[in-house]
Amino acid sequence: MRWEDIREGAEPAPLVVGPVTRTDFVRYQGASGDMNPIHHDETFARAAGYDAPLAVGMFQAGVLATWATNWLGPANVRKTKVRWKEQVWPGDVLTCSGKIARKYEENGERKVDLDLVCTKQNGGVAVQGWMTFVVP
Amino acid sequence: MANRGAVGKEGVPFEMWIERGKVREFARATRSAHAEYFSEAPVVPPTFLTTMFFWEDGVDGANPWHHVKLDQKRGMHAEQEYVFHGPPPRAGTKHVARSRIESVFDKEGRRGGKMTFAVMVTEFRDESGTLVAEARMTGVETEKPPSSEDK
Repeated sequence: MRWEDIREGAEPAPLVVGPVTRTDFVRYQGASGDMNPIHHDETFARAAGYDAPLAVGMFQAGVLATWATNWLGPANVRKTKVRWKEQVWPGDVLTCSGKIARKYEENGERKVDLDLVCTKQNGGVAVQGWMTFVVP
Repeated sequence: MANRGAVGKEGVPFEMWIERGKVREFARATRSAHAEYFSEAPVVPPTFLTTMFFWEDGVDGANPWHHVKLDQKRGMHAEQEYVFHGPPPRAGTKHVARSRIESVFDKEGRRGGKMTFAVMVTEFRDESGTLVAEARMTGVETEKPPSSEDK
């Protein structure tokens, strides 16, 4: 991505993932080390009052960050912040997108701040995100 | 009931190695097929440092989160932040990390009800002692348990 080609408000195509499955949750749990049974054990999840195992919040946060690194490059990430809103369930389809909120130079580096959002098929927001990248 | 006395509690330092296979596994689990992650010494994905618990929980006294005493049944992960003070750490490098409880505070929920937040910061230093990354985890405890209907 060239600095000259980046403009504030730019909004590349979203990353659509899903319908997400229990297998997606389990693969993420193995990768991350968070083995909370509420994300894979149906019996445990029902006993806790849920209809099904819910997604690990960090899974959809990670997918949202993937949308941004696909565009601006994994080595250029400097900051990632996420806030969880609605829960994600098996069968949900996640749409990850965002836009350049600010393009600036700081301490001799070219940087961009992004506002990101991961929404579900019903329009609900699963995760809000904010990232900063350098643009070499 | 969260423990305000937890603020300032610090864990003992723990080592964390960044491993190539683990980076690739994490990238795959978060749906990234970026060429970077298939290179010899890939950088970590943006949220990869969550795997620090593989290392922290293996060291007695490293994780100070238990001091906060948030009720797990009414507890949730509210926010998470990762800051890199330069390019993200690469596979093959070793870090020394240390966690501390930064704050515990209350907020009024939008639909009423008190919410109690707690924040834990973990600093990652490379082998020369330079601060290369920080993780900031915010947990929340609500007055009633979250449910499937809780949108």
